[in-house]
Amino acid sequence: MPIEEVYNCSVKRLQILDENGNLDEALFPEGLSGDSLVEMYKYMLLARAVDAKALSLQRQGRLATYAPLIGEEATHIGTAYAMRKQDIFIPAFRQHGVQIVRGLPLDLFFLYWRGFEDGAKLPASLNQTPVIVPVGTQLPHGAGIAFALKYLKKDAAAIVYIGDGGTSEGDFYEALNFAGVWKAPLVCIIENNQWAISVPRSAQTAAETLAQKAIAAGINCIQVDGNDVLAVYKATRDAIQNSKDGPMVIECVTYRMSMHTTSDDPEKYRPDAEVEKWEKKDPIDRIRKYLTKNGLWNDSLEQKTKDEQAKFIDQAVEKAEQFKPDPKTMFENVYGTITQTLEEELSDAMSANFWQESEDD
Amino acid sequence: MQVNMVGAINNALDIILRENDKAVLLGEDIGKDGGVFRVTDGLQAKYGENRVMDTPLAESAIIGTSIGMALMGMHPIPEIQFAGFMYLAYDQLVSHAARYRTRTRSAFQIPMTVRTPVSGGVKALEHHSESPEALYAHPGGLIVIEPSTPYDAKGLLIKACRTNDPVLFLEPTRLYRLFKQDIPEDAYEIPIGKANVVEEGSDLTIITYGTMVTVVKDAVAKKNVSAEILDLRTINPLDTEAILAAAKKTGKVMIVHEAEKSFGVGAEVAAMLAEKALYNLDAPIIRVAGPSMPYPFPGYEKYYTPNVAKVVQGIEKLLSQ
Repeated sequence: MPIEEVYNCSVKRLQILDENGNLDEALFPEGLSGDSLVEMYKYMLLARAVDAKALSLQRQGRLATYAPLIGEEATHIGTAYAMRKQDIFIPAFRQHGVQIVRGLPLDLFFLYWRGFEDGAKLPASLNQTPVIVPVGTQLPHGAGIAFALKYLKKDAAAIVYIGDGGTSEGDFYEALNFAGVWKAPLVCIIENNQWAISVPRSAQTAAETLAQKAIAAGINCIQVDGNDVLAVYKATRDAIQNSKDGPMVIECVTYRMSMHTTSDDPEKYRPDAEVEKWEKKDPIDRIRKYLTKNGLWNDSLEQKTKDEQAKFIDQAVEKAEQFKPDPKTMFENVYGTITQTLEEELSDAMSANFWQESEDD
Repeated sequence: MQVNMVGAINNALDIILRENDKAVLLGEDIGKDGGVFRVTDGLQAKYGENRVMDTPLAESAIIGTSIGMALMGMHPIPEIQFAGFMYLAYDQLVSHAARYRTRTRSAFQIPMTVRTPVSGGVKALEHHSESPEALYAHPGGLIVIEPSTPYDAKGLLIKACRTNDPVLFLEPTRLYRLFKQDIPEDAYEIPIGKANVVEEGSDLTIITYGTMVTVVKDAVAKKNVSAEILDLRTINPLDTEAILAAAKKTGKVMIVHEAEKSFGVGAEVAAMLAEKALYNLDAPIIRVAGPSMPYPFPGYEKYYTPNVAKVVQGIEKLLSQ
């Protein structure tokens, strides 16, 4: 008997705005106004400005280790702008642009990266979970949150982020598999920035795309130009709209223009030519070109916006730097009720005046 | 009601599912099959597939998705089929369940009760007999409970499922069907972090928990000594006050557990007593525990697990000093 084909699959790629600012009008997201485009653009500028500030503070010893976002603004702002207030955002550790759009008080952002848990004490109204550092481990949380949304009959989706390296982790596959079985409203954004610290995308997997990893779990997927904010927005909005019927994976192909974190030097492991190639695909340049061409933006608006944003950022930094840690809170937030052991350790530390001495170091 | 530990736990889960519609059970084979030990028998039929779920086979995702549910205000009660398979979920438990409250200064909590069978003595295959309580007690942030009777199992589990912190509820397989007890049919709670004086005595103090409680009782009866037997019930947080009181009462302390002796719960208890009660003791502390090696295949099990003879030997040694 003949060998039958039992399954075949393909992955589609979406781009709406090319690197020269040319638009495919047929694909333009329906209902997206000029004002919205300008707002998205301003958020992209803000994300880049916050990032530059954070990097500079880190170099001055005023932040701890920091993971820069530069180059990935379209992926952040496009996905975030498509979310509704009630959707739950589950970040990894680089999605600062998403946090900004979602309304995270900027002083909390700087406080977090100064190295204080108090910066992760997030207001419940944000509908987001805190930064998660161990790669890929937030994926099962996303699937569980999506399950809960369905179980609690909420009209909302869970949007979880992971990098290209993260898609090699077991938790990524396990979570997609669970979400598929549960038909849970999960949207997984793969922020494929081509580099997992020093390991390139080509060495991460033999798979042609990262999106296709969804197919094994019976989940729909799409690849988008992650530097095209319109494509990212459209794909995410569609996925959220369809999330009632089950999960979706969106691979955003973008590029990490800077280091993984402030602790590594990319010049050691990747060629300048590659970086230069991606500079030409800059996510901010192309939307600016488009807006300018259509009379929605000009140099004076650009300057005014940048000045306002700089002031806004400085105020947040000032507030974050005024923060004084209270070491007692370390002991008081391990369990709902402090244990005998922690109580004793707390009282030992206080009576030895050990904190006072640490501050004098 | 007259029940063994399986019946007591099943009854506790039934009560929790009835009283809290945000509580769900999930795990491998817990639905139709009722779990490999039948602990969840009948619960899916009663509460439906949405509340008692058979999951795909992936321990990290069972715990990780439970954390996600807990973040949304549900109270998941995941089951890991055997503690020996829970290492895959160790990252989720230690990096996330244990840290979420402190990481967010209590903006988020993880109300989650993880149930898993532990310890040996039932001639099971490799990886089905381990006692890993110290691994989960050590990092902080998790509550670790191990009952030794049907009565305790029900009261502690109900309390765990009404707590807003992640609890690891360790169920000794050997005790599942070892004996029955008459327990109340209604809900009752046993406090977390409180040890239980099982027997009062004056010659020596024996601190133990889980599978070893009955072994210790048998050894004490056999030797006909007057022993203060303290069942920890909760491993973390440790009831330091009760341990100190019991130790000071007799001045002679033995710690008995099935888990590997080195770096175990006994080491923590002994160190705490050395710090706080050394001058109240009149003999070196003795630890009777499993040898410091991986748990063997079932054929060698009887040479590994502390038994009455080994505890008797410890009692003799302690009383001779």
